[in-house]
Amino acid sequence: MKLHEYQARDLLASQGVPLPGGRVASTAAEARQIAEELGGRVVVKAQIHAGGRGKGRLVAASETAAMFQTLTTDPANNSGQVKGDRVGGVRLADTAAEAEAAAAAILGKHLVSIQTGPEGKLVKNVLVAAQTDVAKEYYVAIIIDGAQGSPLIMASTEGGQEIEVVAHKNPDAILRQPVNPAAGFEPYVGRVVAARLGFEGDQAAQFTKLLEGLYKTFVATDASLVEVNPLVVTTDGKVLALDAKVTIDDNALFRHKDIEALRDKDEEDPLEVMAQELGVANFIKLEGNIGCVVNGAGLAMATMDTIKLAGGEPANFLDIGTVNDPQRVVNALQVILEDPSVKAIFVNIFGGMARVDIIAQGVIDAHKQLKIDVPVVMRLVGTNLAEGEKLIEESGLPVIRATELGDAARKSVEAAGKVA
Amino acid sequence: MSVLVDENTRLLVQGIGTEGANHMRRSIAYGTNVVAAIHPRRGGEQQDGVPIWTTVDAAVRETGANVSIIFVPAPGAADAILEAHAAGVPLIVCITEGIPVMDMVKVKAALAGSKTVLIGPNCPGVITPGTKTRVGIMPGDVFLPGNVGVVSRSGTLVYEVVAQLTNEGIGQSTCIGVGGDPIIGTRQIEAIRMLNEDAGTKAIVMVGEIGGSAEQEAAAYIKEHVKKPVVAFIAGATAPPGRRMGHAGAIISGEDGKAENKKAALRAAGAYVSDSPAEIGATMKRALQERGL
Repeated sequence: MKLHEYQARDLLASQGVPLPGGRVASTAAEARQIAEELGGRVVVKAQIHAGGRGKGRLVAASETAAMFQTLTTDPANNSGQVKGDRVGGVRLADTAAEAEAAAAAILGKHLVSIQTGPEGKLVKNVLVAAQTDVAKEYYVAIIIDGAQGSPLIMASTEGGQEIEVVAHKNPDAILRQPVNPAAGFEPYVGRVVAARLGFEGDQAAQFTKLLEGLYKTFVATDASLVEVNPLVVTTDGKVLALDAKVTIDDNALFRHKDIEALRDKDEEDPLEVMAQELGVANFIKLEGNIGCVVNGAGLAMATMDTIKLAGGEPANFLDIGTVNDPQRVVNALQVILEDPSVKAIFVNIFGGMARVDIIAQGVIDAHKQLKIDVPVVMRLVGTNLAEGEKLIEESGLPVIRATELGDAARKSVEAAGKVA
Repeated sequence: MSVLVDENTRLLVQGIGTEGANHMRRSIAYGTNVVAAIHPRRGGEQQDGVPIWTTVDAAVRETGANVSIIFVPAPGAADAILEAHAAGVPLIVCITEGIPVMDMVKVKAALAGSKTVLIGPNCPGVITPGTKTRVGIMPGDVFLPGNVGVVSRSGTLVYEVVAQLTNEGIGQSTCIGVGGDPIIGTRQIEAIRMLNEDAGTKAIVMVGEIGGSAEQEAAAYIKEHVKKPVVAFIAGATAPPGRRMGHAGAIISGEDGKAENKKAALRAAGAYVSDSPAEIGATMKRALQERGL
């Protein structure tokens, strides 16, 4: 689960990470108030779950797709050189009045950046934070290294830019320091990273304390990512986290109800939110026209691959998981049918933990409860196959049957009207 | 011959809720020797004829169980793994999906340097059809005794591959679902090493997926050590980048995570790479013919 910058800042601050002063505002008047408290010189930052905010454009909802097209097709438009009232979801202000104007220009608009997608993101909140005079920028993140089974600190002196670009151009510029999870964040970890980044004296001590705070946040919140880009040294020698990004492990949310409450559903795809609410957790909306209901994430990906190889395009990724209740199948089909681009549905079930007869019953129930006006291709194999087959036969439903994966995919593509 | 599980397996089941009990019955019906079940409040009772103990420690001492399969729900699954490890169970197979990553960090640290082998979590388990030993959740009837080993991150893709192999008349020695989580007990490279060293396995199918670099690790091992034919498929070639496809591991992150790069590494290691998941069985048939096996 992703968090907004202002929410991530609160988590970091509670573990002692030094940040510039600031608060979130949902109106221009509030932004002005906060700026006054901070002495006027502030930065006003749009709060959305996507990067590229600074070079993004603020437009009306009806203009997002065209703007996204402009940003993504002509690199000059995203170079940071373009000026104008609609440019920039992150703005500097020297006075409280300027902060109010900046917030007014940002709030309620859709921010489109190269990372938001063509829908852009509606800006409901801005972070108003004290301006910082930066002497040097760094990058620091903590993730899980799956191969080693331990948390891993990644850091670089190449801060303030997209780290993916740094990783691609100059991988040696990113240092990696694992943390022994049993021992935790021992002082040597901070000393080593600080030294390798070139910190000395008091700043090394400040950096070590900040890094320990990031590690504590990572562990305390069950994060899958804690990232600060940039981490800065100010002209008066302070080490501060100028940005904050925290992503929480979805599997651990059951023990962090307070963090789960921070979830902003407006930032997520509406179909995916609907799927979540209907108990269809592993659903991802894609661009094609063949809706997929599959059990198992691997088979779901392989199903998408097979559809593509047969000349079609999947409309979604969906791992229905272990189904104990036919209603979940009905719900899955309901989510898929919500997408008007779906022209055919491919039900691909290889029962192991999941039982074929329950899936079959779900498809039958769905035909009774929903208006299914697109062809349904069913491929059922595995646990309780005979019972499932019998249910489908007796129902007399007009489903297209297939037994082999490649054949089922071809039939789905044909049914969707895109013959390979 | 086989790896991990065989006729000497004495299976213990941790977590006998609906799914655990259901799959315990299926394993018994398949022919597997299930000797004990664990339930914290039902000690002394029986489940489908299998005696129940309240702790793994007691069950191991009383029954000599040497393999544990775990169905305990995610919040308690790491604890269940650690309990089995502490009781000295040499092989632990964890089926449970959705365990918090930090819990697995703890488990991995606790198991480091020990002889305990953990398969999973978030996996379909291990099956040796030749000895009718099913330690997992797979549909037993698609398996056929033989000498092709299967390693997969995904559960349902194990069944898919095996159904294709069985349709081609190609039987399996042992099939290992290593699991789809970012931290797993036994990685693909280790599972492939086991099958490579098994005299009863003459060819290997490896099913990987996008994300991480486990397939590249395996490819490096295959290039160096494996003379047996290896057929590989990578799921998720068409997945959009940056999205988590159910398996936490399956986020394309960095160059190693891309399907194309994994396939290239495996091809360079001499593996037969099938682009379509529907043609893995046919590819193995061709590989066996080419090698005269």
